[in-house]
Amino acid sequence: MIRLSAITRVFHMGDQEVRALSNISLEIGSGEYVSIMGPSGSGKSTLLNVVGLLDRPDSGRYELDGTDVTVLSETEQARVRREKIGFVFQSFHLVPRLTAAENIELPLMLEGIPPAHRKSQVDAALDAFDLRDRAHHRPSELSGGQRQRVAIARATILKPTALLADEPTGNLDHRIGGEVMALLEGLHHAGTTLIVVTHDRELGARAHRHIAMRDGEIVGDQR
Amino acid sequence: MNLRDTLALSFETVVSYRTRSLLIVLAMALGVAAVVVLTALGDGARRYVVGQFSSLGTNLVIVFPGRAETAGGFPGAALGQTPRDLTLEDARFVGHLPQVRRLAPLNVGVAELTSGGRLREVTVLGSTAELLPIRHMKLAQGSFLAHGSERSAQIVLGSQLAREFFPDGNVVGQRIRLGDSRFMVSGVLASQGESMGFNTDEIVIIPIDYAQEMFNTSSLFRILIEARSRNTIEPAKAAIRHALKLRHDGEDDVTVITQDAVLATFDRILRALTLGVAGIAAISLAVAGILVMNVMLVAVAQRTSEIGLLKAIGAPAADIRRLFFAEALWLSLAGGAIGFALGHAGALMIRLAYPVLPAWPPAWASVAGVATALITGILASLLPAARAARLDPVLALSGK
Repeated sequence: MIRLSAITRVFHMGDQEVRALSNISLEIGSGEYVSIMGPSGSGKSTLLNVVGLLDRPDSGRYELDGTDVTVLSETEQARVRREKIGFVFQSFHLVPRLTAAENIELPLMLEGIPPAHRKSQVDAALDAFDLRDRAHHRPSELSGGQRQRVAIARATILKPTALLADEPTGNLDHRIGGEVMALLEGLHHAGTTLIVVTHDRELGARAHRHIAMRDGEIVGDQR
Repeated sequence: MNLRDTLALSFETVVSYRTRSLLIVLAMALGVAAVVVLTALGDGARRYVVGQFSSLGTNLVIVFPGRAETAGGFPGAALGQTPRDLTLEDARFVGHLPQVRRLAPLNVGVAELTSGGRLREVTVLGSTAELLPIRHMKLAQGSFLAHGSERSAQIVLGSQLAREFFPDGNVVGQRIRLGDSRFMVSGVLASQGESMGFNTDEIVIIPIDYAQEMFNTSSLFRILIEARSRNTIEPAKAAIRHALKLRHDGEDDVTVITQDAVLATFDRILRALTLGVAGIAAISLAVAGILVMNVMLVAVAQRTSEIGLLKAIGAPAADIRRLFFAEALWLSLAGGAIGFALGHAGALMIRLAYPVLPAWPPAWASVAGVATALITGILASLLPAARAARLDPVLALSGK
């Protein structure tokens, strides 16, 4: 359960103040499938970053599963990110030196899970995302769709309650993009909260709840 | 992230940036190797000099005429002349002191050695039987100057002279002419080679009285005195000075030096020299440390988006700091280990090239070299690691 109350985030660009988020209040229940849409600079990515604890709001309160997470220390926020949130990015953000399997394994390492236990979980993820024969390839040897599948496998390996996707199909062609969305939706069906930021109307329309943003404010919220 | 994963992941990173890592490791290794080789040279020189001094004898006190001090007062001093001779009588008197185990008076000169049509100019030492044990000399054949027979015309030849004058090896008992006198060869010194600029293979030794007669002097060049023990060196020195002062009408006109003092001075100088070169080599290590820092800073800049990603998937700042820290650790560890090996190989090569120089790297230098590499590497990683850990995840993800 995500509850934002009067969240404001202001950026300072030189002597200019940009209100990326202006007094946002929003509730997203667990298991929801939400799209956040809006033009560039409308604040949708900033909203996703705040929800994902990558960014701290300047004011307002953010409760995640009943706890005020804005007051947590950086280390505690990192733990919450690790355990409750999965990120999927437009540009995949895979570590180029590591193989597909090692990229997927990273969150397990950070969590301090011993190697013997990690192997079975990584194998299961490789199977689930149809990456078994690509396990030992580096990102440069993978196609765009495969890279995003690795990224999704990495984002979900610790079974987060919320999956945050920022333009997940932005770097993929239409067909592959559709496949990736189907994968994300599959995870939603299994119970994960799915929040997708996009400016692709067709993609946004697939969600069950549509939040529209403009100039840092929520201008529409339809189910 | 646990320690094992941190080390494994950072190792993978170091290996994957092969050229970069090799260059840093090389810089580190050369620094460590420089410390090891230069201290091996310095310490080798020290040991060589100390060894040479020790070969001259142990618990040695040396007396020579005149005072080693600012000249003046009497006209002879300025010309290097001494006011009073140091005589054989002086030596005998000193020989009765309880602190003295044995002594050998010494005169040195040059004379022509002739035999069987061969002729050669040689350095002549005039002394007594005690010279052999005091100077740690060894005989190859025959006997040394016999005790109490200073007046008999015996001569001891250096090994090379014996070979040159008597190639058939039949030396002892042969007659040989030195200057205008005839001598009988009583023994041949064992080959010892050069020692403190004095080639004992090419000298002859004759009884002191013959030497003084030959060189027309009543003054001794030196008295070599062996004290009873290490602890009696200083008392012996004082007693000798006192005794000679009494004999010289209250004039303190001899110089008494101990080998220990000379040795300690050389030891100090060469130790300081070793430390000095180690310090210079350590500067190159510091430079390598700065190189590590520079490369790590570049690495942080290069991998900004990766650091952002690690933060996004839940890596706390401490994990990120430790990753960069471990990377520097691997680099300096490799540099230290390779430098250690290179340094020891270099020292071995020096020892092979110059066998007389015991160029063994001192243990402290090896340890200090490797430790300095590790410490500089780790210190150099602190700033980049802290910078990486402080990165804002949102900006880092966008590569800014």
